[in-house]
Amino acid sequence: MAKKRVVTTTINGRTTEFLCEPRQTLLEVLRDVLDLTGTKEGCSNGNCGACTLLMNGRPVDSCLVLALEADGAEIETIEGVAPADGLHPIQQAFLEQAALQCGICTPGFIMSAKALLAENASPSEEEIRFYLAGNLCRCTGYDKIVRAVQQAAEMRQEARF
Amino acid sequence: MATVDKPKKTSSQQSYKVIGTRPIRHDGVDKVTGRARYGADIYPSGVLHGAVLRSPHAHARIVSIDTSKARALPGVRAVVTGNDMPAVASRVADMGEGAVNIDHLSQNVLARGKVLYKGHAIAAVAADTVHVAQEALALIDVKYEVLRPVLTTQQAMADDAPILLESLRTESLGVETGKKPTNVAKHYHYIKGDVDKGFAEAAVVVEREFNTATVHQGYIEPHNATVFWSADGHITVWMSTQGSFTVRQQMADLLNLPVSSIKVVPMEIGGGFGGKISIYLPPPAALLSKRTGKPVKIVMDRAACFEATGPTPGSHIRVKIGADAKGRITAAEAWLAYEAGAFPGSPVNPGCMCVFACYDVPNGRVDGYDVVVNKPRTNAYRAPGSTNASFATETVVDEICEKLKIDPIEFRLKNASKEGTRRIDGPVYSRIGMYESALAIKNSDHYKSPLEGPNRGRGVASGFWFNAGLKSSVVASVNSDGRVSMIEGSTDIGGTRASIAMQLAETLGIAAEDVIPTVGDTDSIGYTDVTGGSRVTYATGWAAYEAGRDIQRQMVERAALIWDVEPQDVRYENGRIIGPGDRAFTFAQLAAKAAETGEPIIGRGSSDHNQPGGAFATHVVDVEVDPDTGKVEILRYTAAQDVGTAIHPAYVEGQMQGGTVQGIGWALNEEYFYDDNGVMRNASYLDYRIPTCLDVPMIDTIMVEVPNPGHPYGVRGVGEVPIVPPPAAIANAIYRAVGVRMRRLPMSPPRVLHEIFARK
Repeated sequence: MAKKRVVTTTINGRTTEFLCEPRQTLLEVLRDVLDLTGTKEGCSNGNCGACTLLMNGRPVDSCLVLALEADGAEIETIEGVAPADGLHPIQQAFLEQAALQCGICTPGFIMSAKALLAENASPSEEEIRFYLAGNLCRCTGYDKIVRAVQQAAEMRQEARF
Repeated sequence: MATVDKPKKTSSQQSYKVIGTRPIRHDGVDKVTGRARYGADIYPSGVLHGAVLRSPHAHARIVSIDTSKARALPGVRAVVTGNDMPAVASRVADMGEGAVNIDHLSQNVLARGKVLYKGHAIAAVAADTVHVAQEALALIDVKYEVLRPVLTTQQAMADDAPILLESLRTESLGVETGKKPTNVAKHYHYIKGDVDKGFAEAAVVVEREFNTATVHQGYIEPHNATVFWSADGHITVWMSTQGSFTVRQQMADLLNLPVSSIKVVPMEIGGGFGGKISIYLPPPAALLSKRTGKPVKIVMDRAACFEATGPTPGSHIRVKIGADAKGRITAAEAWLAYEAGAFPGSPVNPGCMCVFACYDVPNGRVDGYDVVVNKPRTNAYRAPGSTNASFATETVVDEICEKLKIDPIEFRLKNASKEGTRRIDGPVYSRIGMYESALAIKNSDHYKSPLEGPNRGRGVASGFWFNAGLKSSVVASVNSDGRVSMIEGSTDIGGTRASIAMQLAETLGIAAEDVIPTVGDTDSIGYTDVTGGSRVTYATGWAAYEAGRDIQRQMVERAALIWDVEPQDVRYENGRIIGPGDRAFTFAQLAAKAAETGEPIIGRGSSDHNQPGGAFATHVVDVEVDPDTGKVEILRYTAAQDVGTAIHPAYVEGQMQGGTVQGIGWALNEEYFYDDNGVMRNASYLDYRIPTCLDVPMIDTIMVEVPNPGHPYGVRGVGEVPIVPPPAAIANAIYRAVGVRMRRLPMSPPRVLHEIFARK
C-alpha cells in the first residue's frame, strides 16, 4: 500500500486538507473521509452521473477523479449549493415540479443543471436534454426533471442567481 | 401536460381538501440538499468493509475453496463461505411480491456445492478498508468443475438439457407430478369456457410466437447492507430495502433466529422496482460481524448488480386470439415459458393471469412454465410478468384489428373488461377503468391529431396489473401545537410519505404540512409488508385513515369530557370538534388542551384489506423509424390510466411517466447480452443502456379517476401498470411506420433493420 498523501483543496468555499491513498477516488474521500455523503455512488465507472460535482466550475464524475487530482482545485458539492437560510432556485424548482422520486440521482442532476445554467441562461428543451444525458434517472422518465430545469432557468431570468 | 378525466356515473365524486393537491413532499428538502441518508451513507464507529467473491462461471461444481491466503493478508479480519451459513429447511415463504424457497435463497446468498450463474456469490471478506477486502478476494483459491450452461427456456426444456438442481421436480397445479429431475419447476394451467368452440366461431384467428430478453430493474443505488451482530445476540441491519420487515423475516429464516432478535433500520432507498425485496448482502455481512465483533458494511458494485441481482425474466410466449367479424373476441389461448434464473420463482403465474386481463374473453386457455436457467435468480420488476405477456397479446390484437379493418381503440372499447367480467384464471372484476382508459385515448388531442411524414407510425396498446393490499401499520401522535407526528412502516421509494400523510391529513381535516411523517424501523412500528405491488398508497394510506379515525374518536371523547357532555353529542367534522350549542374546538385548539386534560392522544391504524382494484392503462405512441439504421425514435407519447383517486397528482403522473420510460427502454434497447458460456457481456450502464433524457420526449399523461370502491378514498395502486403497454404500443407503431411486425424484444436497431431487410 502506497503512503498516504496530504491534499489541500477548497470544498464548498472552505479550505480543506485531507489524507488519502493515491488509489482513492475523490468520490470515496468525500464520502468515507469527509462525511460529505450527498454525492452518490451509482456505478463508479462514470456511466450514471450520480456522483457529479463541480471541479473548477466544470461538472465531473467524481468517481473518475483521483482525490490527489483535487489538490489546489475548487470543488462544489451538493452540500454547498443551498444558502444557509434556504434553497437554491434549482433545488426549489425540483421540489415544486416533483422532479424526484427516490432522489438518489437528484444531487447529480442538480449539479449538472447548475453547470448548464451557468453556461447557457435560457437553454431549449433539446439543450437541457443533451446536457443532462450523462445523468441517469430510473424513476421519473425525465419529464419533470426537464421541467424543473426549465423553471429554474425562468427563475434565473427573473432574479439573478 | 397532464389532464384529469373524471368519468360520469362513478361513485360519488367527493370534494376533498387535501387529496388531489400537490404539496411539496415532506422529505423533499433533505433529498435536494444531499442530507438524506441512503443505504451506503451510514458509517457506524469501527465499521469494517466487506467484499464478495463471485463465480466466473455460469454453471460449475465447486470442488474446493481455500481461503487461507486471504485470511493471512494484513488488514483482513474474517472470511466466510457457504459452509458458514446454517442449514435451513426447504420451505416456500411469501414475500409480498413473489415467493421464495428459503433453502434456495440461502444457496443464492452464498453458493454451496454448485454455482448456477456468473456472479453467484461464493465467499465474503471483511477488512479494514474496501481495497484490502478486494485484494483478499483475489487470494481466495476456488477450484471448479465447469459444466455446460443452460441459457434459454428452449434449451432448459430440451430432453437432454443439463440439470441445474438435482432435487427439482415439476409441480403442476400445486401437486408434484414429475418423477425425473427437470429444469421445469412449475406448470400453471387455466381454462374458461369451450376454447375449441370459440375458435370455430371466429372469423379471424391470429397465432404468433414471441421472445423477450432478460432485463434489469436498473435502480441507480446499488445494493448495500451494514450489519452489527451484538454480543447480546441482537442484530441491527441498516440498508435500503423495499421492505424492512421482509428483510427481517428473510434474515430470521436464513440464520435460524427469532425475528425479534433482528432490527432492520430502513435507510432512504435509491430505487427498487421489485429488485430490492430479496436479500443478498445482509447474511454474509452478519456472519462477518459475528466473527469480528464489529459492524460490517458491504456495497455491491454495479457489475454485480447486473450479474447477480434482479433481473426480470426473458420469456418465450405463444398467443392465439380469435374474433368474429364484428371484432368481438371469441377465444384466446396462450403458452408462456419464463426464465426463473438459477432457482424457481419467475413471475410466469402473474403473466398467465395478466395475458388476457384487459379483455372480456368468453373462452380461454393459458399454460405457463417456470423454468430454471443459468442466469441470476429473477425477481419482481414493476408489474412482474405482465409486460412480457402483454407484448404478445397486444401485438396479436393489433393484427386482428388490421385484418378486420377496425380501429384499435374501438376494438378495445368493444372488448374491454368491465365490472363483472370474469378473468380466465377465475376472479371477477369490481369497478375498473379499462374502458375509460381506452376512451381517454380516443378523446385525446394526441389520438385525434394527424401523424404525417415518411417512416412514421402510431401504435396503441393496453395493460393490466392487479395491485395489492397486504398489511400495513401507522401510529400518529397529536402534538400540542396542532401538528401530528406519524410513523409508518412503508419505505418511501417515490413520495409515499406524502401520499400517506395526505390521507391522514384529509381524515383529520388538517393541512398536509401539519403531518410529519417518519418511516420507522422494525422495532418502532407494527408489521408492514413490502413497498411493492402498487400497495403503499392504498394499504398504508388506509392504515393512516384508520389512525386518523382513532384520533377523531379520542378527540370527541376529550371534548365531551371538557364540556361535560355525552360523547354521542359531539361530532368531528372538517377538522373541528363540535358539541351541543355553540361549543366547538378547532383541531389545534383541542390539541393544545390535550396535555392538561388527560392522556396523550395517539392514533393507531393497521390494515389488511384485499380489494386493491385492478389498474388498467392504454397508451398511444408516435414513432419514426430510420430505415437505414433501424433506430426507432419516440416522437410523441401519451399514457392514459385509471388511477382511482389521485392522492398527489404530481406523483401519480411521475409514476406513469417513469414506468412508461422503463417500458420504452425494455422495448427498444435493454437486454442481457450473453456469450455461449453464459457470461453477460454488457454488465455496465454504458453497455446495458437504460434510457437517458435525450432518448425520450415529454410523456403526456391522462389520469382517469375511477374511484376504487374497496378503499375509503377510492385509492387504486398506480405505480406498476404504466410499464406494461409501451413495448406493444411501440411494436404496433413500428408496423405502421415501416410495415414490419416485431416479435422479439428489444426492438433494437439491428433487429428492426433485419426485419426491414427480410421484408424487402
